[in-house]
Amino acid sequence: MAVVTQAAPAAHEADKELLISGSEAVAEALTLADLDVVTAYPIRPYDTVMQAIAKKISGGQLVAEYIVAEGEHSQFEIVKHASTVGARVFCGSSGVGWMYAMECLVVTPPLRVPMVALVGNRALDDPGAFGVEHNDALVVRDVGWLLCWIDTSQEALDTTLIAYRVAEDRRVFLPLAISADGAFLTHSQALTMVPPKAKVDQFLPRYNRGDLLLHPDNPITVAPQANEDWVIEIRRQNNEAMARAVTVIEEAYADFRRVFGRGPENPWFEEYMTDDAEVILVGMGTISLPIKVAIREMRAKGKKVGLVRLRWFRPFPTERLVAALSKAQALGIIDRDYSFGSPFGSGVVANEIRAALYNADRRPPLLSFICGLGGREVTLEDVYKATDLCYAAATSGKSDPKTHWLGVRE
Amino acid sequence: MAETTTFSNATQILEPFRGVKRVTIEEYFTSGHRTCQGCESALVMKLMVKASGPRTIVLGSTGCMYVANTTYYTTPWVVPWMHTQLGSSGSAALGTAAGLKALMRKGKMKSEPINVIAFCGDGGGADMGLGAISATLTHKEYNSLILLYDNESYANTDIQLSGMTPYGANTTFSPPGKVKRLIHTRWKKNMAGLMAAGHPECRYVATVCASYAVEMMNKVRRALTIGGPTFIHSLDPCPKGWDYDPMLSHELGELAIETGIFPLYEVEDGQVKYYGKTKAIIEGRARKPVREYLLKQGRFAHFVEEDLAYFQAKVDEMWEKWEIPAVVPFRRLDATKAALSAK
Repeated sequence: MAVVTQAAPAAHEADKELLISGSEAVAEALTLADLDVVTAYPIRPYDTVMQAIAKKISGGQLVAEYIVAEGEHSQFEIVKHASTVGARVFCGSSGVGWMYAMECLVVTPPLRVPMVALVGNRALDDPGAFGVEHNDALVVRDVGWLLCWIDTSQEALDTTLIAYRVAEDRRVFLPLAISADGAFLTHSQALTMVPPKAKVDQFLPRYNRGDLLLHPDNPITVAPQANEDWVIEIRRQNNEAMARAVTVIEEAYADFRRVFGRGPENPWFEEYMTDDAEVILVGMGTISLPIKVAIREMRAKGKKVGLVRLRWFRPFPTERLVAALSKAQALGIIDRDYSFGSPFGSGVVANEIRAALYNADRRPPLLSFICGLGGREVTLEDVYKATDLCYAAATSGKSDPKTHWLGVRE
Repeated sequence: MAETTTFSNATQILEPFRGVKRVTIEEYFTSGHRTCQGCESALVMKLMVKASGPRTIVLGSTGCMYVANTTYYTTPWVVPWMHTQLGSSGSAALGTAAGLKALMRKGKMKSEPINVIAFCGDGGGADMGLGAISATLTHKEYNSLILLYDNESYANTDIQLSGMTPYGANTTFSPPGKVKRLIHTRWKKNMAGLMAAGHPECRYVATVCASYAVEMMNKVRRALTIGGPTFIHSLDPCPKGWDYDPMLSHELGELAIETGIFPLYEVEDGQVKYYGKTKAIIEGRARKPVREYLLKQGRFAHFVEEDLAYFQAKVDEMWEKWEIPAVVPFRRLDATKAALSAK
């Protein structure tokens, strides 16, 4: 059922403005959401959120079970089980830590557990590296996790509240991972509006496990063994839940705007100077900052360039994205990830967009770029180079199928 | 949300059954499972929830007692039951207990003691899940029981050896051949001793065997009553994996104890207490030779005298050399040797 919120908040309940990092902003949201069970395990850079929650608990702002697990596998299993008895849970990881939990990540969607997790995006080993890459979160793109990417501390706080509203909606009941670029967002402070609890209570109802609650008063058997006789139906139910999430996400953002008076009209992606854009660049996460600066510089020189910053990757906003992108004369998709051996050797986002455009009436030339791996800085020069190649493609009207690696030593 | 003042984290008080005639008649594990004839692990499941009663949540990690035991549309579980991953019995117990505790102490759920039991096989518990079980046994504020049903192989997947498979046994990963008679030459882990010795704040560790059903149920009841995380290791003869006539399951359980291969004991707040025929051995009764147990099972049919002698010597060590016989394999330094080495 849709959640209908009550009257608008009273005027005296003002937001607080705090200078906090992306991780700290998530911890503020978790406190407001009255989290019940959280599990921590150290790995940089996501673990700053667990440090921030620990302070909330020791400081008395939050009452929750705070469990330090002995590895990511247990970390995710513990909250999975806590969620089945009705607790609101939070977890998270980065890079190979997320991969260590992989078995638990794949069982959570079919169990319909609305866990919310923070992925502080980090390069996968080897070599050991702390910098951002998006491959960690992207590995669960096919198995039923809702996936979104955030860009600022404010978006971190707001998206965390929205995440519980969406994941815990009975129409969805799927886990949700919020991706935050390691260091660039997890550790970078910005002024952030923190709403009062009363407003949050209007927006976010209590988690209700309903008929799936594991309790002696509701003696169900969860996940008994099934084979070819039932598994395909279970998979289709997952797929239907993912499809229903589209409506639930749109409702949640609309309600968020009504209650808090901020937030985007379009939940799915941010459009920056795309109205008259000849070339549209596409990326996810904090890569938006150098791209936006470069766009302003290029526009001063007469080049009409815009940015689409994708927020939601699962469910993938196919129709809206196609409508926004197909009007351009050329597209440049900048992946902060890789997919070795994929079509054209492109990154994951580029190939998703290629697939989304396949049935479009108008398909602009599309160029694929891989940039900023391992946390390497994405420079203005990188963006200029990508844009120049896009303009050349716009002139010729042809897509160059080659994937361009930017900012790499040759 | 603030904490409520009424939540106490208390456990259910489950008094021991005084004899088989006093055991409650209600069953919480009934028809619907499809385990093998003579399966002792299925009996362990039945006795485990009979002992715990209806206000119980059971978590089952992957293994026979999941795949063969809990099938969609034919669940045998009357109490709420949930699958957990192969190595996750510890995490399942901890997460379930933590979720209940959080909701009760914050007033979001009616406060009452609910038993949380997670079970695992020897592969899931002593191999893959050891780390998670160990972690759970250090979380003393969460009440749960982890029960390891040990049929001494990965019996669900075709009888492959685990860290709990006895020395020399024939499994599909250790088939005896013409050149190598014994493929598996590791000695079995001492799981209950390991759990008791390694987790000073775990208040209750016990070993059980379903051949002694009332004692087994009473140990489950004690583990749930005492509170905090607790651990029980059950030895379960397995006709398919051990290769014997299913009618002999109980008898083999008895022989495992009478030969001294598997001791029955509990460690409560650090105090070791022996039970039944294990207690008799401690008090001086002779152990039966291990060959009486081993040669009743096809998995040891390739054993020659040398193998039987090695096995017997290792079991003798448990009783004659270990500081706490059959429980803790430490040996105290001989006083004279200690004095010499001090010079």
